[in-house]
Amino acid sequence: MAAKRIESVNDFVVKFANVNGSGSASANTLFAKSIMRMGVPISPRNIFPSNIQGLPTWYEVRVSEQGWLGRRGGADLMVAMNPQTWDRDVAEIDPGGYLFYDSTKPLPASKFRDDITVIGMPLTAICNDAYSDARERQLFKNIIYVGALAALLGIEPDVIAELIGEQYRGKEKLLQPNVHALHMGYAYARDRLGGPIGLRVARSDAVGDRIFIEGNSAAALGCVYGGATVAAWYPLTPSSSMAEAFARHCRKFRVDPDSGRARYAIVQAEDELAAIGVVIGAGWNGARAFTATSGPGISLMQEFIGLAYFAEIPAVIFDVQRGGPSTGMPTRTQQSDVLACAYASHGDTKHPLLFPEDPKEAFEFAALSFDLAERLQTPVFVLSDLDIGMNERLCEPLEWDDARRYDRGKVMTYEMLESGQDFGRYLDTDGDGIPYRTYPGTHASKGAYFTRGTTRDAYARYSERGPDYLYNMERLMRKFATAANLVPQPIMRPAAQPTRRGVIYFGSTTPAMDEALDMLAKGGMHLDALRLRAYPFPKSVADFIAAHDEVFVVEQNRDAQLKTLLVNDAGVNPATLIPILHYDGTPITARFITDAVAAEVRRLNVRPLHGGRAA
Amino acid sequence: MTYLAKPKLHHPDLPQNRLGYTRRDYEGTVSTLCAGCGHDSISAAIIQAFFELAIPPHRVAKLSGIGCSSKTPTYFLGQSHGFNSVHGRMPSVLTGASLANRELVYLGVSGDGDSASIGLGQFAHAMRRGVNMVYIVENNGVYGLTKGQFSATADRGSKSKRGAVNTDSPIDLVGLALQLGASFVARSFSGDKAQLVPLIKAAVEHRGAAFIDVVSPCVAFNNHPGSTKSYDYVRAHNEAVNRLDFMPRRDEVTADYPPGSVVDVVMHDGSVMHLHKLAADYDPTDRVRAMNYLAERAARGEVVTGLLYVDARAEDLHYHLGTVDAPLNSLGERELCPGAAALREFNAALR
Ligand SMILES: Cc1ncc(C[n+]2csc(CCOP(=O)(O)OP(=O)(O)O)c2C)c(N)n1
Ligand code: SF4
Ligand SMILES: [Mg+2]
Repeated sequence: MAAKRIESVNDFVVKFANVNGSGSASANTLFAKSIMRMGVPISPRNIFPSNIQGLPTWYEVRVSEQGWLGRRGGADLMVAMNPQTWDRDVAEIDPGGYLFYDSTKPLPASKFRDDITVIGMPLTAICNDAYSDARERQLFKNIIYVGALAALLGIEPDVIAELIGEQYRGKEKLLQPNVHALHMGYAYARDRLGGPIGLRVARSDAVGDRIFIEGNSAAALGCVYGGATVAAWYPLTPSSSMAEAFARHCRKFRVDPDSGRARYAIVQAEDELAAIGVVIGAGWNGARAFTATSGPGISLMQEFIGLAYFAEIPAVIFDVQRGGPSTGMPTRTQQSDVLACAYASHGDTKHPLLFPEDPKEAFEFAALSFDLAERLQTPVFVLSDLDIGMNERLCEPLEWDDARRYDRGKVMTYEMLESGQDFGRYLDTDGDGIPYRTYPGTHASKGAYFTRGTTRDAYARYSERGPDYLYNMERLMRKFATAANLVPQPIMRPAAQPTRRGVIYFGSTTPAMDEALDMLAKGGMHLDALRLRAYPFPKSVADFIAAHDEVFVVEQNRDAQLKTLLVNDAGVNPATLIPILHYDGTPITARFITDAVAAEVRRLNVRPLHGGRAA
Repeated sequence: MTYLAKPKLHHPDLPQNRLGYTRRDYEGTVSTLCAGCGHDSISAAIIQAFFELAIPPHRVAKLSGIGCSSKTPTYFLGQSHGFNSVHGRMPSVLTGASLANRELVYLGVSGDGDSASIGLGQFAHAMRRGVNMVYIVENNGVYGLTKGQFSATADRGSKSKRGAVNTDSPIDLVGLALQLGASFVARSFSGDKAQLVPLIKAAVEHRGAAFIDVVSPCVAFNNHPGSTKSYDYVRAHNEAVNRLDFMPRRDEVTADYPPGSVVDVVMHDGSVMHLHKLAADYDPTDRVRAMNYLAERAARGEVVTGLLYVDARAEDLHYHLGTVDAPLNSLGERELCPGAAALREFNAALR
């Protein structure tokens, strides 16, 4: 049927179209992991609705021996298991690609395309023959198609069987039927579907010792390692799985072996106002505390964030960003809370933001955020997003140095108070803008103070005097300058050739940007790249911009929020910054970046003449 | 970490409590509220209760929201850490503080606007969770600090100073606390220190959420005829169901009571509350009957006061969460960080 078949080894995209709640998720993950076990890097992405059962859901697996982990776009093989979305799924297949579908019910020829290879397998009929229970028919159908895909793509069935074995360790009753279904699908495809297609998985060693983990789980583990003891949250996609992962990790790592009791406290609060309130109360009282939320939660927390900023209370807020505004696209990804977090609350406020690029940095920045929050005595935001948070991603193994000690910041102890050291809660003693604090209950007669959101003098006494207010506000600015040197510094990646053009990006844009830089360089366009890892920006960011004629600022929101922050805070010339914006809710791709950059460069190269006409 | 208290030296004639503190050690800065404001009397009662209980002042954390009432924590327990948070959100801040260090005494002070209007949700959920705290609402039926607007506890039909009539039905925080599972519920009157002080003492010793609604007239905006939160109105309609003597377990019971008139309630730590029954048929350990009684009396316009409900065997949030005995804020890397070896194992399971 097909004119030309796509032929590719270890470099293609498989997309599964499923119905939400049909049990496809674990089968699809099994498929992806088996390729990883064969040493070929993968990057899967869930594209799911805000729904529990019935609506369409997709799972996209990019296979890339070169190790590109960004979304590619398009699909070389569509596993079309959802009649509801059939037309758009078939339309999405790249010319020369493949369609795998359940052929139990015959479909008219008009439902297909003639530039793709169509592979029909009567999955429902096979399951109806093999199983009598309705639930089994549904679940094993998923495993059967995984078996069939293994035969079509050259995935070793033993690798899949081994993964099933790990999954059902100790549950032998479930293990056998799953392995059986796998082989049934494999044999059918091998014997009756014509065996391998043009897309092939071949063993490689390109995965190395990398791990495969969701950003939310890694961030939650970072909270465990970073010493968080209090967590408060209100369920909100895509952040809920972070709080749930924290509970899971705590059950594993934070139970006192002697008493069996918890070295942590988790409160599922009544709303995000209460969640941040709990975090602030705990932080005030010397515990490391965090909340995990997304845009709508950040909006609700505004008043409290201002209190924590002004009263100088450590707090860590994870914003796993999703598509806004309002309820927006609750199950899609965006980087659109940058300004809402940077300037959260009324009055003059600004807050440190950390931008992890992947689960590994989500772990590191999570642990670090508690040091920063306590050192700086202020709310610290960790801004990841749905793309990082809710997808399993291949990343370097997590690391911890056992010699590392928590930085609890400037805390005046009983001994210091007893020795007569002067305690001014809002007094800057050494010029870094950071005052000392005391934990409640420390000393019988020294070090108690009153915490309030109203103005006060350096000794925490209520004061509305202008000079006292200015002292405080200017000290907070000094503290913010101190923060710029403590937060993770940007990573500069010079182009292979000298260039006057640069690009700035952050967070989940990174894998697509890595690939885009490679594509652009191959096309002769060289860009110096700067990956921002935090706000406030150190001076090196302004220097980078000043060293280039044009700097593309790539981000996943409509309003160029990072660019705004750069213009406001880094004192750079806005004319040198050219926004590249992607915000349709899908993760940004290398194709998008290269196309957009190329278009901007074409525009820049057309030099206007007098009178405004182009030459 | 508990350190020995070192009270300041005072005039030798000032009476001292068991730990050698004088009443002055429990005072704060001079009040800036209106002369005659009910809230100041409550501050005085708090000072007396903590003095008599001989709680080291620095082992108390006092938290509040925003309002005249919420300002009062500056006026007592000057050696305690205080936290004047945001309007209506004291309960969540207190909850977090309590999770961080279970060893301090947590005193939350709020107003009727703070707890029944803007903060109704947080009030309710803190009660539900059984946070170990004393939660006092200084209830004057108005927003004092913003100059006299009706609050959500203002009775339907009560008149504002300018003559406007409140048409919304009132929120009864006592009724809510009972329904939501607070394990110690009381109502009192700022003008009745003899009733209020023992109630505060018992609430401090109670483990779990202890709520005291204290009617506390606002002399500036709600003390006129037509108000149901004025001194005159409350004095005329106050129906105390019992009188309380609070006996920390170390004190001996010396008084003699006529048989049948006293109920003893033994608290979790062994201290004893002697309840002198004033309403013969009132049983403060029966939650459902208490709710009915209160509803009936409220319908007659009575302000029922006293210890309205207590469950002396209640458990608190820390118990429900199964947290360790050591304050969470005292744990360090050794207890909290699983270390590099555990991380290597964790990584290995993800390949
Ligand atoms: C978010 C917010 N909205 C409004 C206010 C203004 N405000 C301050 S106190 C108060 C009412 C306080 O009433 P109540 O809690 O009854 O205390 P009272 O002054 O009567 O003791 C209001 C509305 C505020 N501080 N914060
Ligand atoms: S306005 Fe009312 S509540 Fe406020 S201090 Fe004056 S009397 Fe008290
Ligand atoms: Mg009031």
